[in-house]
Amino acid sequence: MHRRFIKDLLEWIRNKNSKTYENIIHGLFLILGLITVGCVVLITVYLIVSGIPAIREIGLIKFLFGKEWASTAAEPKYGILPFILTSVYGTAGAILIGVPIGFFTAVYLSKVAHKRVRAVIEAAVNLLAGIPSVVYGLVGMLVLVPAIREIFKVPDGASLLAAIIVLAVMILPNIIKVSITALDAVPKEYEDASLALGATPTETFFKVSVPAAKSGIAAAVVLGVGRAIGEAMAVMMVAGNVANMPSLFESVRFLTTAVASEMAYSSPGSLQRNALFSIALVLFLFIMLINVTLNFFLKRDKEK
Amino acid sequence: MNRKRKIYIGLTGGAMILCTALTAALVLFLMGYVLINGIPNITWELLSTKPSYLTERIGILPDILNTVYIVLATLVIVLPLGVGAAIYLTEYAKNKKLVAVIEYAAETLSGIPSIIYGLVGMLLFSNNFGTSLLAGALTLVIMNLPTVMRTTQESLKTVPQSYREGAFGLGAGKWRVIRTVVLPGCVDGVITGCILSVGRILGESAALLFTAGFAHALNGIFTGLASPGATLTVALYVYAKEEGEFGVAFAIAAILMILTLLINLSATLVGKYFAKRRNA
Repeated sequence: MHRRFIKDLLEWIRNKNSKTYENIIHGLFLILGLITVGCVVLITVYLIVSGIPAIREIGLIKFLFGKEWASTAAEPKYGILPFILTSVYGTAGAILIGVPIGFFTAVYLSKVAHKRVRAVIEAAVNLLAGIPSVVYGLVGMLVLVPAIREIFKVPDGASLLAAIIVLAVMILPNIIKVSITALDAVPKEYEDASLALGATPTETFFKVSVPAAKSGIAAAVVLGVGRAIGEAMAVMMVAGNVANMPSLFESVRFLTTAVASEMAYSSPGSLQRNALFSIALVLFLFIMLINVTLNFFLKRDKEK
Repeated sequence: MNRKRKIYIGLTGGAMILCTALTAALVLFLMGYVLINGIPNITWELLSTKPSYLTERIGILPDILNTVYIVLATLVIVLPLGVGAAIYLTEYAKNKKLVAVIEYAAETLSGIPSIIYGLVGMLLFSNNFGTSLLAGALTLVIMNLPTVMRTTQESLKTVPQSYREGAFGLGAGKWRVIRTVVLPGCVDGVITGCILSVGRILGESAALLFTAGFAHALNGIFTGLASPGATLTVALYVYAKEEGEFGVAFAIAAILMILTLLINLSATLVGKYFAKRRNA
């Protein structure tokens, strides 16, 4: 009787202990799982906390819609409308060039290309995605900028146009890869039905497959927008970096490059540096907006 | 077939071929241009020395070492975090809402541009313990966390449920099952995550500019991590944009290009190897 009781007790403790043990491990993994959430919260809080003071000091309207940025002038002006417009125009331009090229390439690779051709070009596209942005910047600086200067007879080729072309090339792999995934997922029956009704393959791809994959392709475009608006280094090397209102052949400054170019020499705590944090906050809001849009399209794609 | 239809088919078909050819030509041009201009500038002296103002010589050994240090430091920190998060999501989490929140957070992280990581990294790390490779590595950890998490998660999903049930049936506890059955099954995801992260770290510059700085001092790994230093990409930027040393910039660009090629190649090979092993 006695012995039985002790044995049961030992068993109970072991079970109890192993449960605590498992619970501790469960807790540890929960913490690891929550780190991503913590990071997002941390980034958001830090950007808001450090971005708000300058906006308050300058005034929201004056900051967002001021047309002049002269942070080092005797009477400093902090209007970021040129940066916002440059980022918007630059991104729109890159999308305008990059999306059609990426789209047609994706349809070709997904539907028409021979297996081996597709493998080779997909490897090439992956390489394009992996090239560091400073390498794009370097090539843009030494090939594109002089070419624009020669062709359009402008005094300096470092311009919005150069940035648009570099960005278009940089978003190309994203657009191609995401579109291909969407196009590959179109059920073969749709295409077979269309072919059986007498449509040619090309007609089938563009009038049946593409509409069926339109959510995924839209997601690809939004992803491209996010990439283009967030790119800093390549743009910094080819856009000339003067705070002008955007114009195709003028030297311009994007939201990203506005932050990057003055951060190194602004002194901590100054209004200039705080204004840079405010610019980052504006950029962050743009990105969040894009994320929400992206999720909308991805979700719609999943639900179908 | 009427004329309108023929024109439509001709135009779209032509556009497809033209655009694909353009993409391919673009890659060929970029590769060719960078390699042709870069490879002649890669000399042993460049690779094996540090810059010296006395002899007006530029060497990129410190930058190469800094890159290695930062890659190692980032991986050492990000792997446990990312793999752990993935294990939590696939093995432990029961609350669907929490899973959705964590996955949404990971997606948000992967959409944030690197310049913002640079700023936050500066505020969080560099302002607290100085501009250093470690501060840069910690910034990169946040950046690469979603990648490692996602690839590990994908491969955890391919571990058959019956393995886990078998282990549970033999009386193993949850942690034991994870350690002995689940973890060995996600090696391919971890390796793929590593390769992708290394690629991203090699290419990163905006996030490192304000966190890791741009010094070219020759250090051992521990002193190196504690002091500021430029990685290859940051060095490329500084040499091209600030100092006009295009020869050196091209040499670094060529090195980066070759590394990118190798990384892509190894990612493909690893993927193929594990797919084969799984099917076998």
